Amino acid sequence: MNSRVFNIPGGIHPPENKRQSLQRPLRFAGIPAQLILPLNMHLGAPAKPCVSVGEKVLKGQCIAQSNGVVSAPIHAPTSGMIGAIEERPIAHSSGLNAPCIIIDTDGQDRWCDLSPIKEWGHRDATDLIEIIRRAGIAGMGGAGFPSAVKLATDKPIDTLVINGVECEPYITADQILMTERAEQIMAGIAILKYLLKPQRILLGTEDNKPEAVAALQSSATNDVEVVVVPTKYPSGGEKQLIQLLTGREVPSGGLPADVGVVCLNVATAIAVHRAIDCGEPLISRITTLTGEAFKKPGNVEVLIGTPISYLMEQGECDEKKLSRLIMGGPMMGFTLPNRAVPIVKTSNCILAPTAAELPPPPPAQACIRCGMCAEACPASLLPQQLYWFSRASEHEKLEQHNLFDCIECGACSYSCPSNIPLVQYYRASKAEIRQARIDAAKAEHAKQRFEARQARLQRLEEEKAAQRAARAEAAKKRAEQATVNSEQQVENDPVQAAIARAKAKRSGTQETSASRVDEVSKLEKRLTAAKIKLASAESAGSDKLPQLQAAVDALAEQLANAKASSTEPTEAETNDPIQAAIERAKAKRAGKGGASNVTELDPISKLEKRLTAAKIKLAAAESAGSDKTPQLQAAVDALAEQLEHAKQQTDIEVATDDPVQAAIERAQAKRAGKLTPQTPADEIAKLEKRLAAAKQKLAMASENAPDKLAAFQAGVDKLEEKLAAAKAVVGE
Amino acid sequence: MIDFIFSNPLLAALIALVGLSLIFGAILGFASERFKTEGDPIADQICDLLPQTQCGQCGYPGCRPYAEAIADGERINRCPPGGEATIQALASLLDVEPLPLDEDVGEEKPKSYAFIREDECIGCTKCIQACPVDAILGSAKHMHTVITSECTGCDLCVEPCPVDCIDMIEVPVTLNNWQWQNPAKANDLIATDRGQS
Repeated sequence: MNSRVFNIPGGIHPPENKRQSLQRPLRFAGIPAQLILPLNMHLGAPAKPCVSVGEKVLKGQCIAQSNGVVSAPIHAPTSGMIGAIEERPIAHSSGLNAPCIIIDTDGQDRWCDLSPIKEWGHRDATDLIEIIRRAGIAGMGGAGFPSAVKLATDKPIDTLVINGVECEPYITADQILMTERAEQIMAGIAILKYLLKPQRILLGTEDNKPEAVAALQSSATNDVEVVVVPTKYPSGGEKQLIQLLTGREVPSGGLPADVGVVCLNVATAIAVHRAIDCGEPLISRITTLTGEAFKKPGNVEVLIGTPISYLMEQGECDEKKLSRLIMGGPMMGFTLPNRAVPIVKTSNCILAPTAAELPPPPPAQACIRCGMCAEACPASLLPQQLYWFSRASEHEKLEQHNLFDCIECGACSYSCPSNIPLVQYYRASKAEIRQARIDAAKAEHAKQRFEARQARLQRLEEEKAAQRAARAEAAKKRAEQATVNSEQQVENDPVQAAIARAKAKRSGTQETSASRVDEVSKLEKRLTAAKIKLASAESAGSDKLPQLQAAVDALAEQLANAKASSTEPTEAETNDPIQAAIERAKAKRAGKGGASNVTELDPISKLEKRLTAAKIKLAAAESAGSDKTPQLQAAVDALAEQLEHAKQQTDIEVATDDPVQAAIERAQAKRAGKLTPQTPADEIAKLEKRLAAAKQKLAMASENAPDKLAAFQAGVDKLEEKLAAAKAVVGE
Repeated sequence: MIDFIFSNPLLAALIALVGLSLIFGAILGFASERFKTEGDPIADQICDLLPQTQCGQCGYPGCRPYAEAIADGERINRCPPGGEATIQALASLLDVEPLPLDEDVGEEKPKSYAFIREDECIGCTKCIQACPVDAILGSAKHMHTVITSECTGCDLCVEPCPVDCIDMIEVPVTLNNWQWQNPAKANDLIATDRGQS
């Protein structure tokens, strides 16, 4: 009880005006027809509603859950029905709307099941803090910081400070609480002591509340020191009170926990007591109704969410006398733009002054650099310097002069002889600096994204260039290979006759094979492009996947065909006849013989593979009931035919006795085939196939695309004509 | 040694000076190589002040190129998204007179973001290619949409849209971005104005 009181710099002594609201005892304001509960009445993230419109709720039932660590849940202050969850004007200086839960009360005030914890001394501290968190307790002094976050600090705490100073003029909510409910405060302190295990508990109050001091001292337990500090504004600021009671200064940008202190308001202590000992969540608070416009000023216990208009009726507010409606005190409060706004967990006062009582501020005059503001500043800042920097938007200088240590108490504005609204400048500058920080972070983010995009585009460009270079290189190599081959062929001359024949033939086929190579490379390009598209479609989950897959398959097939046709002539016709003949001839001469069908076996195995693959596809298509089954069937048949043909050739070769002779004969036969590219019979067979395919298409078109029918019909006619011509040639 | 200095004072002084200059030259040369700064530090500082919308309204393909151009003597009043604040910041950084915003490049507009009317989007991907910060999501023949939190409001996507389905919407004032306004700068009032407000 004889704790030393330290001093704080600055401070002012405005008229207290606390008497008006202390004339009547504390009373219950009653249940309004509608309660409006904003989702973010605390500091931190807004709560998440967990009820739906039309749902019946009981008093104390959780209607919105906390959303993150620094957040608090919201409970129904009375029983009723959820009328709406919508945007409503809230008690904020901006006058903007915010999402609210609206409860249409039923007047029955029925509680839900509560689970009080009688023997909290045996419970784990973290369990109790969780209960406090779920009770939705947020600092009731003004800032609304979720109390459970303060209590869950992991820093060593040696001092618990309970704030009962209430230094702002007009407000007496905490004073009446301390006078009438001192035992409850002590019960709350006992729980807080158990949770934090501090060495000292200091309950600070001002010497202008003698009844409160007496009540506290009579009910205080031995371990609670009730410290009476001299009346001065703003002794009730958290940092100021800590300095007054402990002599420790909370570092700039730090928290009280950094100096081993946790500071809670007396009303918060009662809320903790109610939450643990009674199981009641935070659903009501004491609010002062004061100002000369109220005919019945006084303190009322109001349900959270009660509209201000309801309280104005309760206090019999005289609309004619009212100049403006203020939430909070005259120093730190703000003018309410709307009377429908509700009381929230931090609303400690509704001030309804007359024009004479709280006149509008006179016009500001020039700063005369008198320095009164610097004397009044409780945070030891230089308000006039901050003012000049704020006017010039010198953000860097403002930060250097610790603008963010300003608690916006208004002592500087109050003491300014030129009536400069200094705090408003600081608020605006703080907002500007915060916005500038956000913008800078956003700009940095945008820059990174821009640079990432530039890097990506460049990489893609480089990849493309590399691909182009690789293709050019490959083409060059192929060309070189071709010339080397031809040179080799010229050099090898064991069988002059074969070379002579082959040369004659090569001169005829070189060009065609070259063009075929071109075709192959083109097809390869298209195939890669198609595969890339397919991959991207797959990753994007496009619904065009089957079509793309089909396209890729078709291209792959075409490519395989083209390759076969380009390698066949170049190897089987140009190289094979000569080279193979030469080889075989050489072998024959060397007496080696045999193993001549190795090269022929290769195409067969390839064909067999393709055939199996095609069969698998066909089976898959059949089982999937695809409409491409006929085409696939045709492809399988064609492959089977090719395979048969290839096998026959090998058989013939194997059967032949004289390899050289056979090779030469084959080469001759092929050359003959090359010179007359297709025998008429072959041609007829092919034309018949094409015709059949065209007819099929025509049939499909008649079903699906009647507009293209004519074109298909023309195609079929042409093919028929050609077929007839070919048949005629054969006939001749 | 001392005899030499006394006997040839001129030569000794000359040798001493040449020796000193060689030593300092070597130190300076080493330092300039050792502590060489990569890139252009002034351009970096200028770039940090620009709003990074990458809108190209200044006539340069992005904020970085404009920063480099300013470092090379381009005028500082060609950034409409940055507006007056950016011009002031650049002026104080470069110690030049702040100029009014160049009217040819556009005017300072309130912050906005792009919004695609999704039912009208034909999926042409033109806006995706135009977006400098990859803030538009979508693929060919599928609806596109703007990631609002990433949009810088550069409006480069508006012009390429063939069906004009992109709107620039002003960022609305919410509780999160609402801010106190500076009080009216009424300090030029004289004493007789008292009570008139």
